[in-house]
This record gives sequence, structure tokens and C-alpha cells, in this order.
Amino acid sequence: MSNSTVALSVIFAIVLISSAVGMYAGARRKMNLEQWTVAGRGFGLVLVWLLMAGEVYTTFAFLGASGWAYSRGGPTLYIMAYLTLAYVVSFFFLPQLWEIGKKFGMQTQSDFFRQRYGSKNLAAFASLIGVVFIIPYLQLQLTGLGIIVEVSGFGGIGRITAMIIAFALVAAFVFVSGVRGVAWISVIKDLLMLFAVFFIGLALPYMYFGGVGEMFTALVNAKPTHLTLPGATKVMGHSWYISTVLLTSLGFYMWPHLFGATFTAKSGNTLRKNAVIMPLYTITMPLIFFVGFTAILVVPGLKNGDLALLTIVRQSYPPWFLGIIGAAGALTAMVPAAILILAAATLFAKNFYREMISPGLTDDQVAKLARALVIVITSIALYFAIYSSTTLVNLLLIGYAGVTQFLPGVTFGLYWGRVTKAGVFTGLVTGIAVVAYLGLSKQDPFMGINAGFFALCVNFVVTLIVSLMTPAEANRFEQDPVSADQAKGSVQS
Amino acid sequence: MKAVPYVLIRKPSLKALGVGLIPFVAMCFSISWWDRVFPFIFGLPFSIFWIVAWILITPLFMAVAYRIETARIAAEARRKEGGAKHE
Repeated sequence: MSNSTVALSVIFAIVLISSAVGMYAGARRKMNLEQWTVAGRGFGLVLVWLLMAGEVYTTFAFLGASGWAYSRGGPTLYIMAYLTLAYVVSFFFLPQLWEIGKKFGMQTQSDFFRQRYGSKNLAAFASLIGVVFIIPYLQLQLTGLGIIVEVSGFGGIGRITAMIIAFALVAAFVFVSGVRGVAWISVIKDLLMLFAVFFIGLALPYMYFGGVGEMFTALVNAKPTHLTLPGATKVMGHSWYISTVLLTSLGFYMWPHLFGATFTAKSGNTLRKNAVIMPLYTITMPLIFFVGFTAILVVPGLKNGDLALLTIVRQSYPPWFLGIIGAAGALTAMVPAAILILAAATLFAKNFYREMISPGLTDDQVAKLARALVIVITSIALYFAIYSSTTLVNLLLIGYAGVTQFLPGVTFGLYWGRVTKAGVFTGLVTGIAVVAYLGLSKQDPFMGINAGFFALCVNFVVTLIVSLMTPAEANRFEQDPVSADQAKGSVQS
Repeated sequence: MKAVPYVLIRKPSLKALGVGLIPFVAMCFSISWWDRVFPFIFGLPFSIFWIVAWILITPLFMAVAYRIETARIAAEARRKEGGAKHE
């Protein structure tokens, strides 16, 4: 058998077995909207931990982080900082969010806006923004999968073919299993990923330099400025670092899929405990960085840093081992992709289509529509994945700049009684407009700070001022759920 | 661990927020202090050592914040039950 056949067979075998496990777990339960989206709110500490880890450690961490370590150096440190600090942030609002979600039976992020501000236009708008910024994150996963199949195929399979295969697998998987299936496949993914990362993170520096310390010494001698900021970039200095860490750690749980995952927990306190232990999962990240740093000296001159990890593995190990690493990478792309698709489809069907276009739909019809949308949303991401070429980390930062604009609406909604729907709406629109303007006119970083963070600051100020200028509104979270439900039909915005 | 009684919506305490701010200062705001390669510690450049150390230290601070929050919630629930009949 040729090298590529061996590597690809190993990848496909592992992916198929994992998918079968996920589908089995999903197929055992009857799927209604509540089961499909929040798994009946029955997940304890371990499953929530696994589900969240499954969502967090995506192909961005695997290929993107090592890719930036390879191509940019110092600025990549932001990833370790934000992945730790995001859980610190979550400690202070996820348990409260869960309580509110439970009280009002929330399934999605837009349900939160709908309930708190009593405006279906605001909720529908929030769901559209959510879906739009999930697309680059989804594109990231498909691009990552494409890279994996391409490199493991030793050039035998084109990237487009590879991405179409990946697309079909992901869509089929989501279609059948829903959120419970995803949580179980996360178990396999996490074990494989941990093994892959610990092994190559330590073995590769040892193989080429005799140890991690020796590798860093060699790197510092060859490229003295690579490991400090701004590293191999011109614009990513300390103010960029601070603003980017703030944007991404504050915005982390503003991702509609992570926001929604909150509701799968059994209790608010599960989430509080989760926030204490989750930072430890970040300890795998330095090992991924080691691979990227090792690759600088071993496989120099790659045009696309995202290829660094797999290229050095391919050069250093036999094809079957490349297959195992590739499979770990493929699952770290597929599991989050499945969750992203699920979140986007549910948001659109429930909070946009039913609210704005066809209010008579039952929950079952919404669930059916969401399943059909799986194909549409994945196709859009596939289109972008094939026709654009941004690095994986940049794709993620685009998404963050967008979804973090939900932060004022969420934190004020929970903790500030004086906030009004006009304030949140204007703030959100302004924030997104600033992100779009600075992004499209290529002014990121803007005056040395992350453009998304700049937009977030503008958003907060606008939300605050407009809220104070508009008349006070009742806090709908303080009403009891029954009367709030009755009000749903009559409240117009 | 026993279940913690909980009432809607409870703002986090300033004490817990203060504890949560410490990892932020260490990993984010203080970067100009630790963004350097030397000295190497345990074979790691100083900045990477610093970040890795704080990945390990952060859960300890969060465990402290957890105790502060759960103790406060339990105390408030007890006060409430003492005052009026439940619900």
C-alpha cells in the first residue's frame, strides 16, 4: 500500500468508528426540539466538561495555534491566556444565566434576548448576527479538515474533494445524532487529541534537538525576536495583546453554541465547578506550541503556517502514525463543526424563521426545519472554505469580533435593571457596523488595539447612553414564567 | 459536594470578582513585565514559563472564588428560611 493509502485509511477508519458511536448514542432517544438542542437539560459535570471541551478545542487549537506559533511567534501567546481567562469570566455569569434559562425554558441565545427585552425584532436580529459569525468559525473547521486530508494524502487528494468529503460526514453526523451524540463523540476526540498532543509535543523537540529546552535555545539563537511580541509581525504589540485577550476571553461564551451549551447543564453550580477546573485543559496548548516552534527550524519556508504541524509529523513518522494524528485533527474539526451547525440551524429556524416569517410552526416543525437547514448552512461554509484563503486564527478572530458584540446585551440584561431594548439594539448595531467597517477597510489592528475590542467599547458606551436616554422598562426576568409566556403573544416591538 | 440552594439573579460578590481579577492581571495586563525570553526556567523561555505557571495557578484562585460564592449563597438561603416560610 502506498503511504497516502495507509494514512488516509487510518483516518477514515477512526472517523467512521467515532461517528458510529455518536450516532448510536443519539439514536437511542426520541428526538424532540428540547432533546436535540439541550439534551433535556440533564448533563452533569463530566458530560458538560466533555461537551464544552469538545467545543473549545477545535482544529483552531490543533492546526491554527501551531500555525501561528510557526508563522508569527510571540503574538500566539494570547491563545493560552484567553483560553484560561475565558473560564474565569464564565464563573461570574454562567450560573446566573443557567438559572434564568431554566426558569424560562431557554434553548438558544436569542431566547435570552427575546425574554429579557420582550422584542422579537431584537431576538431575530441577534439570531441573524449569531448565524453570520458562526460561518467563519465553521469555515475554519472545514478548511482544517481539508488541510488534514490533503497533507495526509501526500498530495493525492485535492483540498476541494477533501472538504466535500468532510462536509458530507459532518452533515450526516449532525443530522442523525443531535447534541447528545456530539457529547459522546467528544470523549473519543478528547482522548485521541490528548494522546496526540502529549506525544508529538514532547517527542518532536526531543527527536530533533534532544529536548524542549534545547529546542528553545536553538530557536532563540536562530531567531532572537520570534518569541517576544510583536514576533514575526509588525503590528501585534502589547496593546494588541491586551485588547485581544480581553476581547476573546470576554467574548468566549457569547458564541451562540457555547451560550446554548450552558443550558445542557443539570444545575447552575455544575457550571460554577466547571469554571474552576476547565483552565487546566489549557495545559495541552503549550505542547501544541512546541510543535509549531520545532517546525520553524525543521521544516522552514512553508507558505501557510497552518500546514506546519502535519508537515513535520509527516516528515518524522511512518504513514500510519500520520493517520492517527490526522484522525485526531479530523475529529477536532468535526465535533465542533457539528455543534456549530446545530446551533446555527436551531437559531435560524426557531428565532428567525418562526418569529418573523411563520409564527404558527410547532416545536416539531421547527426541529424538522432545523435539520433541513443543516445542509444549507454547511454548504455556505463549504463555499467560503473553498473560495477564500485566510489563516485559521484570523477566521476565528473575525468571528470573535462579531459575537462579542452580544456582551453588553447579556451582562446588562443579567445585572443592570435600567438597560432598555433600544439601548441594546443601538449598541449591537453600532458595534457590528464598526467591526464591519474596520474589517473591510483593513484597519485591524486599529491604532494598535484589536478592532473587535475597539468596537466592543463603542458598543458598551452606546448601549449605556441610549438606555439612560430612553424610558425605563420592566425587567422581564423578574416576572414569573407563566405571565411572561402569556405576554409573548401580545408584546410587540 | 452537597447541593447549593440558589435564588434568582444573584450578582457575584465583589470579593469573588477581586479574586477573579488576579489571573487577569497576571496573564493579560502585566504583559510588558513578563514578555521576555530570558531567563529560561525549566527549559522554557520566561514568557512561556509565566503563562504555563498561571494556567496551573488559576484554578486555585477560582477554587477560592468558588468557596466565597457558595458560602455566601448558603448563608443567604439560611437567612431567608429563618425569616419566612420557604417560598
